[in-house]
Parts: sequence; structure tokens; C-alpha cells
Amino acid sequence: MTLAVLQHHLPVLVVLMPLLGGLLVAIIRHPAASWPIAIAAAAASLAGALALSREVAANGVISYALGGFPSELGIEYRVDAVNVLILVVVSFMALATLVFARLSVASEIDEGRQPWFYTMMLVATAGLLGMAVTGDAFNAFVFLEISSLATYTLIALGRDRRALVAAYQYLIVGTIGATFYVIGVGLLYLATGTLNLELIAERLPEVTSPRALLAAEAFILVGIALKLALFPLHAWLPNAYTYAPSAATVLLASTATKVAVYLLARYIFGIFGLHREFGDISGASLLILLSLAAMFLASAAAIFQNDVKRLLAFSSIGQIGYITLGIAIANSDALTGAFLHIANHAVLKGAAFMAIGAILYRCGSERLDDLAGIGRAMPVTGAVLTIAGLALIGVPGTSGFVSKWYLVAGAFDAGKGWLALMIVASSFLAVLYVGRIMEIVWFRPPGRVALAAAEAPGGLLVPMVALATLTVLLGIAAYWPAEMAHSAAEALLGVRP
Amino acid sequence: MRLDIILRVAAKFILAPLLLFALYVQFHGDYGPGGGFQAGVIAAAAVILYALINGQAAAERIVPGPLVERLVPAGVLIYAAVGVVSMILGDNFLDYDHLAHDTVHGQEWGVFLVEAGVFVTVFSSMIAIFYAFAGRRPT
Repeated sequence: MTLAVLQHHLPVLVVLMPLLGGLLVAIIRHPAASWPIAIAAAAASLAGALALSREVAANGVISYALGGFPSELGIEYRVDAVNVLILVVVSFMALATLVFARLSVASEIDEGRQPWFYTMMLVATAGLLGMAVTGDAFNAFVFLEISSLATYTLIALGRDRRALVAAYQYLIVGTIGATFYVIGVGLLYLATGTLNLELIAERLPEVTSPRALLAAEAFILVGIALKLALFPLHAWLPNAYTYAPSAATVLLASTATKVAVYLLARYIFGIFGLHREFGDISGASLLILLSLAAMFLASAAAIFQNDVKRLLAFSSIGQIGYITLGIAIANSDALTGAFLHIANHAVLKGAAFMAIGAILYRCGSERLDDLAGIGRAMPVTGAVLTIAGLALIGVPGTSGFVSKWYLVAGAFDAGKGWLALMIVASSFLAVLYVGRIMEIVWFRPPGRVALAAAEAPGGLLVPMVALATLTVLLGIAAYWPAEMAHSAAEALLGVRP
Repeated sequence: MRLDIILRVAAKFILAPLLLFALYVQFHGDYGPGGGFQAGVIAAAAVILYALINGQAAAERIVPGPLVERLVPAGVLIYAAVGVVSMILGDNFLDYDHLAHDTVHGQEWGVFLVEAGVFVTVFSSMIAIFYAFAGRRPT
């Protein structure tokens, strides 16, 4: 195959590479072979996503007909400025996580189950990439299920038995979410006679019964909101993140909810329109309210956690609030901020969870009290955790500052200065919970655990430091990601295709 | 004289028609109701029936557990490989037009192979689930 042919197949290859990699790992089932295959598959997927981003920037929307069927009958993969950003973020984070996974998985998971673990990581990645790349409502459901089923397995492979309960809880909630989504898609199909998102949007004005559409919208948005852990549908997330194996937590925290947020934005802007009214309440004001609740209540809950992973999980719920707030404000700057925060939060939370994974690798504990003075024994890991923490707050010079800056600018632009105030005010809650970690890690006298610990091995440090460096770089030289996020925002708002 | 002789004899009678019927459902999928999923379940039911009557150890002599666990991904791999072959032949992923000398036969071959992949995965998944539960020892 020549390069041009390969280029043509890129939209499907991006999804196919991790899927094939996962299958190969499962067939070979040799602990030594699993990791190299997984890395190769993730790297190929990332290369494909980067090539796609170049092509989309140059030539605009790419459409790929699966099986050669026209989009009315078959499945269309559709890559535009919006989802190419998600593809790059997911495939990059998958690669970084897999690099990190080698030592972490070796220490946390039975040797017999390690190949299955890598298979599930790759299948989850393929599912998430598929959700992002597809232009078909039902195909998105299939990929949602693929990634979710893999995720339940990943969580259940955690160290202690509470992981089983966490996985089961997520299984129940996730299945309800997926069912709601598919009910909504069914209603849309009844109303419009097609499953292609573009065609649905085209035919919506002709639909005579607004009630079916309202029901479809309610089902789909609630279903997706369960998946992205939008407050108050977040109850599954803290346990799932806390008890999953470290590498699985890194992948979940940095990709799974982000793809669901993308799907939410796709439906809100591509199909339903933001300013639809349910009775007296508009969808936008409801979303603003829930986002604010997430930003304040989840961040406040994070302050009182005694388990670092659980603390960061609550912080994730709060950070998702910023992203959905940007979607709800819905102007160019706010959406740019939202999409930047998708990328920035993926990178910085990945770094933070990797640091916790490294501490777990060395100390066998992630309780906050056991981490006293750990920064002196593991200075690099502590530094990574610090950089990620500063970015969570939104300190200038880190990536978190740039995305919050865009959000604040968007809030002012929309004439909602009080929202800008809320964004800044909720950042103070982040100061509290990050400050609490920092105080314990750096300023407490080293405890029993810290005295016995040594710096994490290179295999864990390399991906962790890379992500921390990226967090700083994205805060200083934000041109490239901001440009990508900006074109995503404009594509969603319909300014350009 | 074992007390379960009726079960044993009846099962012996049923097993062969069960497998034959699975093949019928598999190949009838082109023209009517049926296909890889249903056929896979029926074929797996034959193995599970054998295991219920003669014990899991006897069933694993015929269909070993490690083989089953490799068949699960292998079926998906068959499916995906058909798509990759169609890409190599110059079509889009899963477009079967050029798998044979003309389009109609190409599509037929494509669906046939894909259904074979579905059969393998469903068949082995069912048995793997059964083995996993039946093989549990109280801890």
C-alpha cells in the first residue's frame, strides 16, 4: 500500500490499530510480549491521529464510508476539527499510560492476568477513539459499550476486593447511562429515519412532533451525563478511580470522561441546539447550574478526603464542571477554553495519577497520612505532583491557567461576569486541596513509609516527567493547542465547517 | 447401573443433531433468520450439555479451556482481518466488493467470513463463561 492509500484509510486505522493490538495480546497471552505489542499499537494510533490533524487543518472535514455504503445506509466515520483534537488527546494519553504501565502493572497485577489487562487497556482505547471518530449515533453507542465493558474489567482487576464493588457500581450506572442513550437514539431514528448525525441534524426541522425530540434529547443527554460524571450523576467515579489499578486510573481519568464530554458537545451543538427550553428552564442555564455545583461541591468534597486517589477523583469531577461550563456559555472563547481544558486536564491529571501510582509502587500506600515527607525520599515524583497540583489550581505558567483564562474571557464576553468570579472563587478550593497534599508531601517530617522509600524507577519517571513538562509547556507556549481548540470551537458554533 | 442413564442416552442422541442444526443456522443466515451469533450459541449449548452430563473434565478433553480462551479473540480477529483484506484490495474497510470475481459474490464471501468470525467468538465466549462458573471452587 502506498502512503496515499494509507492516508485514505486513516480514520478507520486509528481505531483499528489498538483493537488489533488488543486481539494479538489476547491470542499470544505471553507476559513478555504484551507490553511491546501494546506500545506499538498505541504509537501507530497516535501517529494516525497526528496525520489526521494535519490533514483536517489543511483540507477540512474527512468522511470515510465503512463498507463503502452511502452515509444514509451505512456507518460514516467523520473527522473534523472537533473530534481530531479528541483523537490526538486520547491516543497520546493511551501511549503515555502504556509506557507507564509496564512496571506499575508488573507490581500490581498477577502475572497470569497481565496480558488480559493490556488487552482491556487497548480495547478501551479503541472504544474511546471509535466514539470520537464515528459520525453515526448508533455506532457511537456500540463503541461506548466496547469501551465501558473494557473499563469495568480494568477496574475489577484492582488490588483489593473493594475494586469488585466499585466495578459493579460503575457497571450498573454505566449500563443505565448506555440504555438511556440508546433509547434516545431510537427516538431520534423514529423521528428522522436515519442514524447519521449529519443527516439527523439536516432532517430535524421537518420533524412535526416536538415531544418525541424533547424525550430523545432528555434521554441522550442524561445518558451521556452519567458517563461523563456530571454532577449529580458522579457517584460512581470516586470509587472507580480509587480502587482501579494505577495504570487504569491514569487512562480513565485522562480519557474516558473527556470523550463523553465531546459527545455531549456534539449533540448539544450539532443536533439539539443549546437554547432549547424545557418548560420554563433553558438547557443552557441548567447546565451552568450543574457545572457550578460540580466546581464547588466536588472540589469541597476533595478537601476532606484521606486517600490521595480519591481526592484527585473528586477534583476530576470538579474539573469536568469547568469543561461543561465552557460548553454552556457557548461562545468562541468559552468553548476554546473547554476544549483546551479537555486536553490540559487529561495531561495534568495523567501526570498526577502517575505520581500517585509511583508512590504506590514504592510505598504500597496511597493514604494521605502515610505520604508525610515523601517528597524528600522521592523528589522527582513529588515535583511532578506539585506541577500537576499547580496546574489544577490554574497558576500562571501552567496549562491550567491558559484554559481557565479562556473560560473567564468567554464568561465576560457573554456578559456573565459573575461566572468569571465563580471560576476564580472555585479555584481557591483547589488551592486548599492541593495545598493539603503539598503540605504533607514536602513539609511534614518523613514518616515510617517515607524513610523506607526511594525514588521511583526510570520506567515510571519518564512518562510522568514528560507529562509534567508538557503541562508547563502548554502553559507557556499554548499556541498550537489553542489553535486546535479554537478551530474546534468554531466548527461547533458553525462559524466554519 | 448409573441412575442417570436416561440423561446420558438422550444427550447422546441430541448432541449430533444439535451440532448439525448449528451449522444449518450458520449457513442459513444468508437467506433467512440465523447467522453466526445464533449458531455459535447452539454449538456452545452442545458442548455445555456434554459438560453437564459427563462433567467439566470430560468436556475440557474435547474443547480445552486454553483453546477456548484463544478462540474468543481469534473470532474478532477473523472479522477485522476480512476488513483489512478488503482495504488491501483497494476498497474501504469492510467493503467486500472485490473479495470475489464479481460484486455480488464478493459481498456473499465477505458476509460468510465475517459470520464465521462471529460464530467462533460467540461459541467460545459461551463456553468460557460456562467453564469459569462451573470451574469455581468454594474458597
